[in-house]
Amino acid sequence: MTADIATVLWKEWKEILLFRSRAGRLGNALSMIMLLAVFGIYLPLQSGPEWVTSPLMLAAWAWVPYLLIVGVIADSFAGERERHTLESLLATRLPDRAILIGKIVAATSYGWGVAVASLVLSLITINIAYGSGGLLIFPTPTLLAILGLSLLISTLASSLGVLVSLRASSLQQAQQRLSMSSLILFVLPIFTLQVLPETIVTSLARAAAGADLTTIYAAVGIVLLVLDSALIFAATARFQRARMILD
Amino acid sequence: MPSFAIRMDGLTRDFDGLRAVDQVSLEVPKGHIFGFLGPNAAGKTTTIRLLLGLLEPSAGRAEVLGFDTRMEADAIRQRSGALLEHTGLYERLTAEDNLEFHGRIYRMPAAERKSRIQDLLTGIELWDRRREPVGKWSRGMKQKLAVARALLPRPELIFLDEPTAGLDPIAAAALREDLVSLASKDGVTLFLTTHNLSEAEKICTLVGVIRRGVLLAVGSPAELRSRRKGQQVEIVGRGASESLLAELRSLPGVRAVDDQDGRLRIDLETGAEIAPLVSRVVAAGMQVEEVHRGAESLEEAFLAMVREAGEEGQA
Repeated sequence: MTADIATVLWKEWKEILLFRSRAGRLGNALSMIMLLAVFGIYLPLQSGPEWVTSPLMLAAWAWVPYLLIVGVIADSFAGERERHTLESLLATRLPDRAILIGKIVAATSYGWGVAVASLVLSLITINIAYGSGGLLIFPTPTLLAILGLSLLISTLASSLGVLVSLRASSLQQAQQRLSMSSLILFVLPIFTLQVLPETIVTSLARAAAGADLTTIYAAVGIVLLVLDSALIFAATARFQRARMILD
Repeated sequence: MPSFAIRMDGLTRDFDGLRAVDQVSLEVPKGHIFGFLGPNAAGKTTTIRLLLGLLEPSAGRAEVLGFDTRMEADAIRQRSGALLEHTGLYERLTAEDNLEFHGRIYRMPAAERKSRIQDLLTGIELWDRRREPVGKWSRGMKQKLAVARALLPRPELIFLDEPTAGLDPIAAAALREDLVSLASKDGVTLFLTTHNLSEAEKICTLVGVIRRGVLLAVGSPAELRSRRKGQQVEIVGRGASESLLAELRSLPGVRAVDDQDGRLRIDLETGAEIAPLVSRVVAAGMQVEEVHRGAESLEEAFLAMVREAGEEGQA
């Protein structure tokens, strides 16, 4: 199974990096460079030493992999179906799970890889600009949270994208639905906070203020883990060869 | 070990009330080139999908290489190759990468993979273009590459849906030779669909005719040709008048007469005499240049079978 996943990963990585066309390839490279420049150079320079001390910076890292992954993941199944490569892929000996997991891992590793590269670049930038002898680095819990939570967010974007792509009849439909799902995903917590009774919101805020950062990171991590598992389970249930052929 | 590569027993598949494959039963022995012939929407592609375990039958069952298509589809796909309706090539990837991916799927060792890719690409004269993305290639080049991809892991059984479509005559002839050699030397079983009936006649050892999901006939091309009752004669010459055609049509033993630009094609009952017919034509003033006793081609047999099945369906 691992070798089969690696095979799918090999192909997916090639396709992600080569992307659809010369224009697409350029667009893909530009978005990667832009993200590296913004999160690795511009924002650290603007924030100063606070970049490595403020826990709020964590929120910025959530966006890096998400933005990258939603740009490519809609193509995973809907694109293959549209370009008539899906049936040939399904006619091979590759197990269902290897195809599905390979595609999720490919997109996740792409988004998370660029996030980690941005993180390293931001640390280099901040130390060059503000280091003055000492090493500026995130506190260990924050660093672990950035790495862990960005990985979970990458998995969330990939598994959500794969599920949407599996259900879509065309690449365009997959892209539209993924944009809509992403919007709901980000707007829903804000909307929920607004509709909740004020007493509950106040007690939640109190609990958050009273809790230490590690507990908050762990709680967010658990929520993401549950969401990731649910989405991967839904995608696995949806991925049936016969259904894929007939859709 | 079973001696057949494919066995279907009442294989049936329905789609929303429409029967695409209707109780098809047949056996394809190992090492044969089986041609599955039928008009568009006859059920050929659905049958291939059922045999690869990509679709489940509504009724009946099928075994491929001794494995049940419903329960052991993974084992079937492990041992067989397929070139389906579309080439299924990744157009952003190079030719070499397309084959590399397929070789990895079938877990070919790296050294074997590399040499096999080189052999296949050299064989189809695309080795020099191996680093080009295939999206820029012509349909014929893509088709050749897709066939090479199906052959890459040396499967025991290969499904080919219109393998020579889009190929130039030279490439098509070369591919046909390769397919015959695969079956005769390597014992590979080929299950191919084609609209090119002269091609099927040349390379298939066994053919099946399907129409609207129903298998009309199975046998060698010679058997299928001989199943049709009657005989044909073609008289080439000048001066065939309408009255002559009418006279010929009225003769006992003559089933049909067709004039195609000076070529009279006459369908006769079995055992009908040809010599008196030619004498009658000469006596009627037609200048006869050639007379051919017609052996019905597979194409003619196929067309007649499909036509008769259509007439029976309407009746």
